Amino acid sequence: MVGKSDGGIAGRMPKFIRRADPAVLTAFACIVLLLFLGSLYSRSFLSPEYLLQQLKVASFLGVIATGMMLVILLGQIDLSVPWSVAVGAMMACAAAAYGPLGVALAIPFGIFCGMLIGVVNGIGVAYLRIPSMIITLATNAVAQGLMVVYTGGFSPQDSATGAMRYLATGFTIPGVPNAVIIWALIGAAMVFVLTRTSFGRTVYGIGNRERAAYLSGIDTRRVVMIAFAVSGGLSAFGGVLLAGYASKAAQSMGDAYLLPSIAAVVLGGTSILGGRGSYLGTVAGVILITLLQSILSVMQMPEAGRQIIYGVVIVAMLLLYGRAPASR
Amino acid sequence: MKDWRYWLAEQRGTLLAFGIFIVMFVIYTSNHPAGFTANVVQTASNKGVLLAFVAMAQTLVVITAGIDLSVGMIFTLTNCLASWLVIGTGIETAFGVIAVLGTGLLCGAINGAIVIYGRLQPIVATIATGAVYFGIALLLRPFPGGSVNEDLADALTGRLFGVVPASLVVLLAVVLVVWVPFSRSVLGRAAYAAGSSEMAAYMSGVPIRRGKFAAYALAGLLAAIGGLFLTFFTYTGDAAYASGNAYTLFSIAAVVLGGVSLFGGKGSAIGAIFGALAFRTIGDLLFVFDFDPLWQPLFQGVILLVAVSLGAFALFRVRNRLEWFL
Repeated sequence: MVGKSDGGIAGRMPKFIRRADPAVLTAFACIVLLLFLGSLYSRSFLSPEYLLQQLKVASFLGVIATGMMLVILLGQIDLSVPWSVAVGAMMACAAAAYGPLGVALAIPFGIFCGMLIGVVNGIGVAYLRIPSMIITLATNAVAQGLMVVYTGGFSPQDSATGAMRYLATGFTIPGVPNAVIIWALIGAAMVFVLTRTSFGRTVYGIGNRERAAYLSGIDTRRVVMIAFAVSGGLSAFGGVLLAGYASKAAQSMGDAYLLPSIAAVVLGGTSILGGRGSYLGTVAGVILITLLQSILSVMQMPEAGRQIIYGVVIVAMLLLYGRAPASR
Repeated sequence: MKDWRYWLAEQRGTLLAFGIFIVMFVIYTSNHPAGFTANVVQTASNKGVLLAFVAMAQTLVVITAGIDLSVGMIFTLTNCLASWLVIGTGIETAFGVIAVLGTGLLCGAINGAIVIYGRLQPIVATIATGAVYFGIALLLRPFPGGSVNEDLADALTGRLFGVVPASLVVLLAVVLVVWVPFSRSVLGRAAYAAGSSEMAAYMSGVPIRRGKFAAYALAGLLAAIGGLFLTFFTYTGDAAYASGNAYTLFSIAAVVLGGVSLFGGKGSAIGAIFGALAFRTIGDLLFVFDFDPLWQPLFQGVILLVAVSLGAFALFRVRNRLEWFL
C-alpha cells in the first residue's frame, strides 16, 4: 500500500522541489525574509541599483567562500583565510612597484603567494596528517608575521594597479559589475568540477570516508593537497579583488572574512563534517550573509551590536538546520 | 612494567614541556642583562601566567576532543568587565571579582550547551559565540579605559616575602582548586573518556555529556581568571580584536607544546601551563638577543608551525598505511 511515490505532502510536490536540499531552501527563504524586512525599513532596498551593489559586495566573499567550501567538503577547515586574503592583496600591490612587468604580473603573483600558503597547508594536512584546524592557524600566524616584517621593514607600494581596480569595480557588460562576472565564472567552474569531474566526486568521497576513498585506489592525499592550494589561491584572489575595490591593501583586511566565509558555506547546507553540500547552497549563504551585514549597516548599528547579532543569528540558524545527527 | 613506568609514559608530554621551559628559561636569564633576579622572574611570570590561564582553559576543551576558539574573546570580555566592576571598597571589589568569574563561567557554559546539547561543531559554534563575546566587550569598552582596585592588583602581581611572584602562587592555587579536583572527579574522567573514544565511553555508561559540559564551563572560568589578571596588570580594560585572537592562537600553541593531544583524551593542564610559559619565554628571547621586535610575530608563528609539525613524527612509526586515516 505504501508505494515509493507516496511521501505525504512532499510526494505531491513538483519534482524539483522534492529534490532540493531543505537547507538550501531554508537559506533562500531567509534571503527573501531579509529582503522583506529591509524593504520595510527603507524603500530603496529593492531597487536594482542597490541589489546589484549588494551582489558586487557579495562577490568578494563569494570567491573566498568557494575555496572554503572545497576544503569543508573534505571534512577539513581553512583558518588561514584572513592572512591569505591580506597576503594576496599586499603581494599583488607590492609586485606593481617593480616596473611595467610587475604591474602586468601583479594579479597572478598575488594569487601565487596565496597558493603557496595553501600548499603548505595541504602538505601539513595531507602528508603530515596534522589536523587542518591547527596547521592552518599556524600558517596564518606565519603569514601574519611575514607581512608585519614586510610592511615594517620595507614596503614598496600599497596601492592597487589599474587592472585590479578594473576587475573589482569596472563594467565590461554595462550594468553588471565585473566582480559579479568573476564570481559567476568561478562559481560555474566550481560547479563543473564538483559535479562533472572525477576530482569533484573524489572530494565528496573523501569527505564521506577517507579510508574508503583510499582503499578504492584514489590518491586521496594529492586531492586534499590540491584542494588546499585552490583554497589558498582563491582567498588570495579575493584579497586582490578587495584591494582593487579599496584601491589599496591594508594589514588586517582579511580578518572580517574568516567567520563569514565559514558561515556562508555552513548556512548553505554544506556539512561541516564533509561529504555533503551543493554550490547553490553556498551562493545562498554568501548572499544571505551579505544582506544581513548590509541591513545592519543601513540601520547604522554600531560594530558591537553587529558582532553580537551576527554571532547570534549564525548560531540560531545552525541550530535550525545545521545540527549534527544525534549519535547512537 | 613497574608502576613508575606507567606514570612516566602518561606524563611524558608534561615532562617534555617542563624540560623545554627550563632550557628556555635558563637561556633567557643567562643572557638577560640583569641575570637571574627576583625582579626578572617576577616580570617573566607575570607575563607568563596570562597565557597559562588561557592555555589551561583551552586544555580542558581539547581533552574532550573539542576546541574553543572563543577563549581569547572570553579573556577580552572579562578584562573589559573587570575594568568596570573590580573597584571600590573591599566588599564591592569582592563582588566584582565574583561577577567577573561568574560571567566567564556563563560564557563557557553557553559554549558547552551549544556544542553538546545543540550538537553543533565546536569550531563553528565557538567562532560564532566568540563574535558575540567580542561584541559585548566592545559595548563595555569601545575605547581602552576604566580602572581596577589597585591595592588588590598590586598585591596579586607583586612578590610574596620579597621573593616569590604572587601571580605564580595564584596560578598554583587555581591548579589545586580547579584542575586537580576536576581531573580526579568522575566528570574529569568522563571528559577524558569522551575525548578518547566517545562511543566506547557512552556504551560504558560514562556521563560524557555532563563531563564535556563541565569542561567547557570550567574553561570559561579559567579564561575569566586570565582576563581578571590582565586587568590587574594593565589597570584598564580594552576590547582589542587582534589581542583576543592572538590569545586564542597562542593557547593552542601552548597546548601543543604542553603535550596535550589535539585528538583528545591525552595530556594535562600542567603540561599546558609549562607549554605556555615556554612559549612566552621563546618570544622574549628575541629581546634578549637584540632582534627587531618586528620579527616577533613571525618568530612565534614559525615556532607554532614547527611545534605542530613535530606531532607528525608519529607517522614514521605507522606500520599499516590505513592508520594514516584515523
